[in-house]
Amino acid sequence: MAEWVDEGLQPLAERIAGALGADLIGHEIAKGELALTVRRDAIVGVLTYLRDDDACKFGALMDVCGVDWPAKPERFEVVYNLLSMRHNRRIRVKLTTDENTPVPSAVGVFPSAGWFERETWDMYGVFFADHPDLRRILTDYGFEGHPLRKDFPLTGHVEVRYDAEQRRVVYERVKLTQDFRSFDFLSPWEGLGLNQLGEPKAPLPGDEKAKGQ
Amino acid sequence: MAEPAATANAATDPDHAAGQVKIKNYSLNFGPQHPAAHGVLRLVLEMDGEVIERADPHIGLLHRGTEKLIEYKTYLQAVPYFDRLDYVSPMNQEHAYALAVEKLLGIQAPPRAQYIRVLYAEIGRILNHILNVTTFALDVGAMTPLLWGFEERETLMEFYERVCGARLHAAYFRPGGVSQDLPAGLADDMMKFVEHFPKILDDIETLLTENRIFKQRTVDIGVVSKDDALAWGFSGPMVRGSGIPWDLRKSQPYDAYDQMEFDVPIGKNGDCYDRYLCRMEEMRQSLRIMKQCLEKMPSGPVKGPDRKVTPPTRGEMKRSMEALIHHFKLYTEGYHVPAGETYTAVEAPKGEFGVYLVADGTNKPYRCKIRAPGFAFLQAMDFLSKGHMLADVVAIIGSLDIVFGEIDR
Repeated sequence: MAEWVDEGLQPLAERIAGALGADLIGHEIAKGELALTVRRDAIVGVLTYLRDDDACKFGALMDVCGVDWPAKPERFEVVYNLLSMRHNRRIRVKLTTDENTPVPSAVGVFPSAGWFERETWDMYGVFFADHPDLRRILTDYGFEGHPLRKDFPLTGHVEVRYDAEQRRVVYERVKLTQDFRSFDFLSPWEGLGLNQLGEPKAPLPGDEKAKGQ
Repeated sequence: MAEPAATANAATDPDHAAGQVKIKNYSLNFGPQHPAAHGVLRLVLEMDGEVIERADPHIGLLHRGTEKLIEYKTYLQAVPYFDRLDYVSPMNQEHAYALAVEKLLGIQAPPRAQYIRVLYAEIGRILNHILNVTTFALDVGAMTPLLWGFEERETLMEFYERVCGARLHAAYFRPGGVSQDLPAGLADDMMKFVEHFPKILDDIETLLTENRIFKQRTVDIGVVSKDDALAWGFSGPMVRGSGIPWDLRKSQPYDAYDQMEFDVPIGKNGDCYDRYLCRMEEMRQSLRIMKQCLEKMPSGPVKGPDRKVTPPTRGEMKRSMEALIHHFKLYTEGYHVPAGETYTAVEAPKGEFGVYLVADGTNKPYRCKIRAPGFAFLQAMDFLSKGHMLADVVAIIGSLDIVFGEIDR
């Protein structure tokens, strides 16, 4: 029941760092997974290298997805998860972008990137340059907005219903009978002290009064 | 349904002069309400006569925003969403999520829970393969396997029901273990099933494996070469059918799979028929794993000891104040997962089902990307069906094993 661990990651990371040079911004091994951060413009070259190099042979692109960090200067992270069946190993490649900067498409390297990039475009509005067919994929025909962005409300903007009089499905603005509720669970559970991140927890409400005494 | 093929007029069209009638390509809408589309697939086919020139799958008709919803739920509340992805094998997907959360928390499920999970993951595999093989046979003209297979599926779903109370939406695998222990007598009934089911598989195989019509419809249809399988991000029976011996249960074992003895069947030609054969053999191997689980099942707890992650038992709660507080906090606030990220994948019956989970230290996942195997398969529909006849599209969709719950999410 020992968890499966990949031991060859450290030498591999060093090899990749040597080969990619300035295209690589950083790499990290955390929880037994190797993650590379690369320059946005270099992504096609990096993926080609990872696919073709003998020590890498990451022949399959299993997933491409976006992550939204609105507070960062380049808010979107595009994450590529690759798998090498030859070496039985996984790797993750990340880059950052914003709403307006296109990311070079990986379709030329991995055909499977096609739909994954369409999905990332649909969900986050990350534009992929040179993508052969960058249409929306999961949302409705004529949908507006990018639903997985953190500033897109969970309830969405429009809802549909069947109108018996018009005998068709009509689109209307979402009407909520009660305001959307979001609870603050960041209050400390264990009282004061350090949380799991090793940072001091927020003081309990009312503690500031006790300090004056 | 289809736009009428425009036949050229003999007097005006020069093409007609040579005694040839030029027929324009026309597009055909296959689905979204078509039984052989296995759900709500709208496939726009551009056809030259009965030959497919281009296939453009339109998906998203079952999009429910699972990933967005998960970002607004605690880690525990996110579990049931995974049942609703691939609703044919619900527990296999909970498995990926549970493993991902456990990895971020740095905990492991106790041995008994691991065996129970493997046991139920294999039940899920059989559930899935029965459905796929028999509906695939139905699509190409054989009705009886469906009737025989579904009787057994019913038995398996009863095993689901007896352990967690629900036939489909189980929410049984939780981060840190499983929600409750096996009830008395269930293991014996499973053992009976393991002994009785090979007979049903034999019966289904006598109907299909050497059946002339079945072979005519599946052999050399939808051929995937090894290179194609890799380039399109295939996994599961879709790569094994093409002859790549790749199974995450063997190559990157999780939970108790490293203690199980089983074989990984692979195909030779990568066509629909080989994938069918792989699935049939995988069911027999699953029975082997189930049997080993039942025989070697260790005793002990089914949830981790950390009360900050797994809830206390009902009995404990009635007596201990601390247990009551833990229970209350776990079901309101939930646990906080340390910041980090992981891509954790399991060998779901359809292929590699991965969860890319980003935690920011709060009680809710910051991002939970669900990597469904069927999404990658369906994407290759265009290259798989090009040059085939319309009737073959049905066979290809059947052998891809797609379920829209997981593709549309």
